[in-house]
Amino acid sequence: MARINSITELEEVRKSILSSRDSKKPCITICSGSGCHASGSREVALSIEAEIVKQGLSDKVDVKKTGCHGFCERGPIVVIHPEGICYFQVKPGDVPEIVSQTVIEKKVIERLLYTDPNTNEKIVYESEIPFYKNQERLVFGFNSSIDPKSIDDYLAIGGYSALAKVLSQMSPEQVLEEVKRSNLRGRGGGGFPTGRKWGESRNAPGDIKYVIVNADEGDPGAYMDRSLLEGNPHSILEGLTIGAYAVGSHEGYIYVRQEYPLAVENVSIAIKQAEEYGLLGENILGSGFDFTVKVHQGAGAFVCGESSALMTALEGKAGEPRPKYIHTAVKGVWDRPSVLNNVETWANVPLIINKGSDWFTQFGTERSKGTKIFSLVGKITNTGLVEVPMGMSLRDIIYKIGGGIPGGKKFKAVQTGGPSGGCLPEELLDLPVGFDELTQAGSMMGSGGMIVMDEDTCMVDVARYFLEFLTDESCGKCVPCREGIRQMLKILTNITKGKGKEGDIELLEELAEVAREASLCALGRSAPNPFLSTLKYFRDEYEAHVKEKRCPALSCKELIAFYIDPAKCQACGTCARKCPSEAIIGGKNLIHMVDQTKCTKCGTCFEVCPPRFRAVKKISGEPVPDPIPEEARIIVRGGKKNE
Amino acid sequence: MSDIILQIDGREVAAREGMTVLEAAQKAGISIPTLCYHEKLEPYGACRLCIVEVEERGRTRLVVSCLYPVEKDLVVRTRSEKIDRIRKMILELLMAHAPDSFELQELAQEYGADRDRFEKEPSFCIHCGLCVRYCAEVKKKNAVGFVDRGTRREISFIPEIAAKECGSCGECFPLCPTEALQAAFVLTKAFSFPTPSMKPAAAE
Repeated sequence: MARINSITELEEVRKSILSSRDSKKPCITICSGSGCHASGSREVALSIEAEIVKQGLSDKVDVKKTGCHGFCERGPIVVIHPEGICYFQVKPGDVPEIVSQTVIEKKVIERLLYTDPNTNEKIVYESEIPFYKNQERLVFGFNSSIDPKSIDDYLAIGGYSALAKVLSQMSPEQVLEEVKRSNLRGRGGGGFPTGRKWGESRNAPGDIKYVIVNADEGDPGAYMDRSLLEGNPHSILEGLTIGAYAVGSHEGYIYVRQEYPLAVENVSIAIKQAEEYGLLGENILGSGFDFTVKVHQGAGAFVCGESSALMTALEGKAGEPRPKYIHTAVKGVWDRPSVLNNVETWANVPLIINKGSDWFTQFGTERSKGTKIFSLVGKITNTGLVEVPMGMSLRDIIYKIGGGIPGGKKFKAVQTGGPSGGCLPEELLDLPVGFDELTQAGSMMGSGGMIVMDEDTCMVDVARYFLEFLTDESCGKCVPCREGIRQMLKILTNITKGKGKEGDIELLEELAEVAREASLCALGRSAPNPFLSTLKYFRDEYEAHVKEKRCPALSCKELIAFYIDPAKCQACGTCARKCPSEAIIGGKNLIHMVDQTKCTKCGTCFEVCPPRFRAVKKISGEPVPDPIPEEARIIVRGGKKNE
Repeated sequence: MSDIILQIDGREVAAREGMTVLEAAQKAGISIPTLCYHEKLEPYGACRLCIVEVEERGRTRLVVSCLYPVEKDLVVRTRSEKIDRIRKMILELLMAHAPDSFELQELAQEYGADRDRFEKEPSFCIHCGLCVRYCAEVKKKNAVGFVDRGTRREISFIPEIAAKECGSCGECFPLCPTEALQAAFVLTKAFSFPTPSMKPAAAE
């Protein structure tokens, strides 16, 4: 491909790409994002390609491997265009039928369609499925229609037109002004106004400035940045280039975790393609503006998502936050002005430039504009990535889009914002999601992790889990974080083991205050949040653990016991056969009992006891009833005796 | 360069631009406790003991004085109920590791810290980084460094460098607030990496 030397040439290239494509030509798209990849989309894609060749359709049908569509629960996802027929959980064995029936005969295969669990109705099109219907996929939506390894696909959907507009019609100040007016706030955690950050860097002294993409996504359960970088890398490059133009930077970095191999691969390909097209490098589109981008792979430290730690790591040093009272936008990488924005923030920029800040501010709340991508995981029916306008209630996200809690269980809490965030209870389900709303409730937006928990989740154990994560991930430099959360974890672990003491909760609160007030970076300052928010909304659970040695969720192993209800046991023997530690005292026609000294509390007996008996019980905070005497164990079966 | 006038604990203090609050306070004879600060080293901001309250445009916030630059009309308080509470906790947390350090004991007395509040995990090192930074910044040898992260973080002599450099230097030993350093070095040397110069001695 020849270099594109001007904006006119860019439009010509775009026209020629579009004219070479027939929108009526059948095209099979296969989601090849990380979620679908894990559930076997690669094999499905290979089968489709082979089947197309086998049926001699190579010229008549296109096959496209796209990025993540979001509905990961139901992957692998295959969509047949131009009709837009949507198939879920497709297996290689379904492929011949899909090609001959749907692609050729235009017939819908019922069994591969989405079934609405409420109405049992089969739904053919993506746009009618509740999971998608209730979203606003401004940023994420393109993922499902482009091959991330093809710059032509990105150009076909209007890609790089925002960059062309900026370079031909706008001064850097005008770009800055537009982003400021959009009220775009950082999607990575803090919610800092993007325009203000850019402005600080623009006004900071120095000729060399940097723009950086923070793709060091590390929150447990969060993968929205990964999917965006994998699925639409050019949108991030375009946003970054526009940012560089506004700030006066000529060098950019993409700091991406090396644990994201597909993201690294796709963004590296995208950079190469953009360079070949002259959309990166010297004299971009003949405008005189130079900008180059390099990929830097992170070595797997969670703290490197923190801005100053990321920049220290980028300099080749150990990733530790810098204790400075000066913004990295003014003094960042190698002490030069450095704008660091999250993947999703950068991806919003081309949209704002193309459609204008007035369009952008239509979405969202007073202080949180636009949309936000959340990674909806945990005890939720529709696990996946969802993009919603800011201000949608947690309830709508969890129930309308997420489909509620599976298995007839009751909702208990939703954890937002990752390890630095907090758990919000049922009474806050109507809270609109926005930066300030979530912070006021004791949680935070974070980068968009959303973990749903049901009634079986112990909130003390949740706090312990996150503190354990942070103990591993703290860089260890400052005392309140390293030592404070070490002690917090010890106390929380003791509480979940039934070794909690009077005064533990107060000591945890004291440690939390010191970590929050005195830590060096945001990791330490926010580390107490999982504890503080669970204490705020679930104090009774803490007290039950400490005072009564009882786990109300029946989850903490050391505080529960498994017990077989003699009135219900029918001596079917299932539990005795499945118990891995031979802890069931069984016998033919004898009521079974759990030998508490041998029981490892794995819960197998509880799970395998047939639902018609439900004889195995979990108990906590009360003594296990004494074993019944041997003679009372004999089951007299009325029916059998009569035979 | 003209002096900047700020207020520390109710006193007017003159400082030069670029100075930190800690330096300004020290110059005026106002004492702020520190563990990881050293005048020859870049500020590190890790022990957080030198935390103070600053008031700017009517807003009070906590900052560490070893890093916070002086500003005109800045109002600084070096003691308050909150500051003392934080310092007490920091000392108690550190004394779980080095309960017998004289420096910590003295400070503990001042702030009413209980040396036995937390279960002992005697690692002796409190991670102030004085040795690591002195070796890197002043001696430019990097013979001692941090390894691992989080609660597993430790200091470690790099045997190849330490074997060559440390025998004749030892300047970091007196910097160590828990006096654990010398023991650590001697142990490392004895156990793992006999230096070339030690070999003849061993052969004697």
